[in-house]
Amino acid sequence: MSESLISARGLTKKYGDFTAVDGIDFDVAKGESFGLLGPNGAGKSTTMRIIAATSRRSSGTISILGRDPEEHGPQVRAHLGVVPQQDNLDTELTVTENLYIYGRYFGLSKKFVKGKVEELLAFAQLEEKKDVKVEALSGGMKRRLTIARALVSEPDILMLDEPTTGLDPQARHILWDRLFRLKEDGVTLIITTHFMDEAEQLCDRLVVMDKGKIMAEGSPAELIKKYSTREVLEVRFGSDRNKEVAPILSGMCDRIEELPDRILLYVEDGEALLEAITAKKLHPNTSLVRRSSLEDVFLRLTGRSLIE
Amino acid sequence: MNPGVSVENIRRNGALYVAESRIRQMSKWKGIIAVVAVGNPLFYLVAIGIGIGILVTENSGTSGTGGVEYIVFIAPALLANTALLGAMDETVFPVMEGFKWRKMFYAINSTPITGPQIALGVFIAALVRVAFSVFVYWLLLIAFGVLSFQDSWMAAIVAMYGGAAFGALMMGVVAGVKKDDYFLTVLGRLVITPLFLFSGTFFPLTNMPIYLQPIGWISPLWHTTELGRYFGYGAEVSPTMLSIHFLFLTAMLVVGIKIANIRFTNRLLK
Repeated sequence: MSESLISARGLTKKYGDFTAVDGIDFDVAKGESFGLLGPNGAGKSTTMRIIAATSRRSSGTISILGRDPEEHGPQVRAHLGVVPQQDNLDTELTVTENLYIYGRYFGLSKKFVKGKVEELLAFAQLEEKKDVKVEALSGGMKRRLTIARALVSEPDILMLDEPTTGLDPQARHILWDRLFRLKEDGVTLIITTHFMDEAEQLCDRLVVMDKGKIMAEGSPAELIKKYSTREVLEVRFGSDRNKEVAPILSGMCDRIEELPDRILLYVEDGEALLEAITAKKLHPNTSLVRRSSLEDVFLRLTGRSLIE
Repeated sequence: MNPGVSVENIRRNGALYVAESRIRQMSKWKGIIAVVAVGNPLFYLVAIGIGIGILVTENSGTSGTGGVEYIVFIAPALLANTALLGAMDETVFPVMEGFKWRKMFYAINSTPITGPQIALGVFIAALVRVAFSVFVYWLLLIAFGVLSFQDSWMAAIVAMYGGAAFGALMMGVVAGVKKDDYFLTVLGRLVITPLFLFSGTFFPLTNMPIYLQPIGWISPLWHTTELGRYFGYGAEVSPTMLSIHFLFLTAMLVVGIKIANIRFTNRLLK
């Protein structure tokens, strides 16, 4: 691995008896797009807060650009751009003012910030809204503004906590495009998400988290290869018949997962399996052959779906 | 990181950056702030100073107010009250917004700026508002001929000092409020109103039964008002009491800022 910007060993965070982050190890390299994938409550946001020097760890070590965030909070945060889960913008100020005041918090000169604001308005496609109060913006616009705000200091590491949660598909794709450009520009991205497609789109490498622990680590392709098959056949026989048919199907594939509404059959060739099932006169009500995804990896690792 | 980002610079000036943004936020309300700053004194001066003043003077002369007209007697109290209410407005609401309603303090704290710097920035901006409101009120008192320009400027300064002390305390208290369901109602009805009525504002504190006087003793409004009367028109206040008034307000200022620093740090660093 190239130069490591972030390195954590045995990182643990407890709130009373509850362990939010349970002894995790990870490294993030310069220019890498690193993802923390897991369901709500997996410990992703807590991990992000520890990295962002806004939460004290209970035990373990963490180094960000060679510094301990607990001892050097302001120095560490000077290198970070943080996009929290909820847009904590100043809704009474305009788009431009939000960017401007945030730049000033980094001690940047008024002249520099004014120039930078123009650049960020273009990046976030908010030029036409620059004098509009934030409270009048759509959810997608607010999210883009929050990301633009995090870029005002030209951070070495951009941290995004659930960047597209609550956005409609079009807004998500616009945001992904903006983030992809940053990735191309060599900005190190740390992203938490519970959307598998988002992780696949944006992350070079990711860890799958559940109940505060890291269950697996690798690139999306590596994880899928290691923990799933190439294809998945989804079949529905109706909720009553699913249970009846499942034992017969289990002998025909590498792995089977019975979900409340459908059966997932893991195989290398989904179409061939569907033909074999049909040949046995087991006609499913609906069927779908698709590529394995990180959702399947998560299901395999935890026995649960990502979005519950 | 942009080379213009200097942690050393932020360590020195972080609170000023926060104050700058708070003043920008305040400027969105400049019309209301100006109307309140001018309108409030006018209402009190006309209704209480003149209306009730005539009633008091006709019935008891100036014997109950230390030998000065009633309007002169209450002027330093009104000045102090303006300072304290302005300080409360600019500490209570920004702190509630910053931690709870719009959570903007968490955004500021994701930059190199620390919790105590945010607290100090909010406090500095509150002092700007207090200074403005007190100055306007003081000018109106002079315009009404209640106080004299040369002799009363220290009354305006001590009013600001009282506002600073109360603002610091409020900031420390509000930084610990997690559930705001009844907080503002209780603060307004059960803390501010009694303070206003029982702090020797409209009559000397000694007029009250002894068991009610302690409300005044712990009230920053009473301590500020007494200082204001001394500096505003030369009311008789012993050197010991002058020292006590100053020490009380100073203690409130120091303790308030100390509590605010601790609570801001802990609340932002989960």
